[in-house]
Amino acid sequence: MKKLYLNKNLGKKIQPYFYILPAISVVCFIYLYSLIKLFQNSFLNLAVPQRNFIGFRNYISVLKDTVFWEAFSHNLIIIAVAVPVLIFLSILFSVFLYEKIRGWKTYRFVIFLPYILSITVTGIAFGYIFTYNGILNSILRLLKIDFFALDWLGSPKIAIFTVIFVIIWKELGFGVILFYSRLMSVPVEIYDAAKVDGVTWWKNLVYITIPQLKTVIQFYLILLIITMFSWIFNYIYVMTNGGPGTSTNVVEFYIYKRAFFYNVMNSANAASVILFIIVIIFIFVQFKIRIRIGGGSE
Amino acid sequence: MSDKATGFFKHLLYIISCIIIMFPLYFIIVSAFKTKKEYTLNKFLIPSLPTIKNFITALRGHTFFLWMANTILLTVFSVFICLIIASFAAYAFSKMRFYGRDTILNLLISLMIVPPIVLVIPLYYMMNKINFTDNYISVILIYVALLLPFSIFLLTSFFITIPNELMEAASIDGCSGIAILFRIILPLSKPPIITLIVVNSLWVWSELLIALIFLQSDKMKTAMVGITIFQGRYLTNVPVIMAAMVMATIPMLVLYLFGQRYFISGITAGALKG
Repeated sequence: MKKLYLNKNLGKKIQPYFYILPAISVVCFIYLYSLIKLFQNSFLNLAVPQRNFIGFRNYISVLKDTVFWEAFSHNLIIIAVAVPVLIFLSILFSVFLYEKIRGWKTYRFVIFLPYILSITVTGIAFGYIFTYNGILNSILRLLKIDFFALDWLGSPKIAIFTVIFVIIWKELGFGVILFYSRLMSVPVEIYDAAKVDGVTWWKNLVYITIPQLKTVIQFYLILLIITMFSWIFNYIYVMTNGGPGTSTNVVEFYIYKRAFFYNVMNSANAASVILFIIVIIFIFVQFKIRIRIGGGSE
Repeated sequence: MSDKATGFFKHLLYIISCIIIMFPLYFIIVSAFKTKKEYTLNKFLIPSLPTIKNFITALRGHTFFLWMANTILLTVFSVFICLIIASFAAYAFSKMRFYGRDTILNLLISLMIVPPIVLVIPLYYMMNKINFTDNYISVILIYVALLLPFSIFLLTSFFITIPNELMEAASIDGCSGIAILFRIILPLSKPPIITLIVVNSLWVWSELLIALIFLQSDKMKTAMVGITIFQGRYLTNVPVIMAAMVMATIPMLVLYLFGQRYFISGITAGALKG
């Protein structure tokens, strides 16, 4: 009798592990295996059949490669421009929705449409809009502002900003819906009290709305940093192919090109590890700042 | 700034942003119905004589049709398998006590930050070695793994809000662990489940990098890879590309319209409170 009880107890104890087992196995198989293998390979010379250990030489060759650093700097430019703009516009538009501006239901639908479109479709469509003899420039010429009809994707100086514009266009909808959902759960009394005091719209935004959105803004910021390092391959692949020259190359695309185009696995592996470390550092710094800000105000 | 000026500014911004958002969509749809000749002459206005020839050209030889079917297959299986695995895990994380629970959960969720390109190289070589490239099983497995962290995160944070009393009542009635999950928790979790179905389907449907690398033979390709092929093949016949893009977008539009009602409450219900 006692033994039976014990068995039942043990069953209860290991039961939770059965529930998480499928998830853990898939994750171990895909993430753990790959990361370990990648780390291992990054120290080997894969160009020779013996695959001998060569220490940090793969890393050194990546870190000496100016193309890599240029690609990295493009990631930084994209973060520096796209992230603040996305956060600012998401706050603004979610507030419009929250205030039930005229036609807000249509607006909610419209602003979310880019999220449904795939990056491939978005990128290709914008590619045709932005080509030198594309629709945008024909409109600009029609309006007699020819000097503004630039070679949006063909000029090395402008192309990266054109790509940033497309990224913002595509990613904005999610931010707006995220912030809007949060605003929906802010107690109305806060705004009512402000209304009685006759607070202006801008003061409302700065002193009430933004503090209320603080946690969501932090969440979105992390999400955006991850996106800008790990999920922009698709834009570059369909819009610019990294060009003109290497002017829109990003780290992800650099790795892809090395691995599946030039077949230089040595530097592709080392560059992958470096990218992973960069993302971890960015997320870590962001958490640190978050803790400091959080600790200061609470 | 006075309230009147603010109101004017708001409406102006609203209209401008709507135009910017809608313009590419307008451009895709209008161009899809133009002849090749009309597209070169008239890019902006609606077609004078709308034609469906581009759609027929895009579907010629059945390859695009096949690519669409492949994408549907991949999407359905990945999303469904991920949902099942994530529900089981989220149930344990939210409703059971066990050693290492919080650590495991945090580790799982933090996998969201791993860039997919980092995983792709070692996975490609492994799948190659065991002859699993050009195989849907390997791609579905990778998709499931990439979707799991967020799915577990969203479901766990929703399951926590379901009162334990409901489960206790059920277990008195003789419901066991799995029955509680399927009869009580999942039926109560419509918003996050539908949110996951919509978000994950959109993701799998649009995914390019993995599909590009792992499915290389012509009959295995997905619609998105197919469109990038069209981009090169119909370089001088843009309306055909546009027609293909319209066809590849419609299923996702339908899915979104179907899930829209739950979608916003699904996000609200998630961990984003407070």
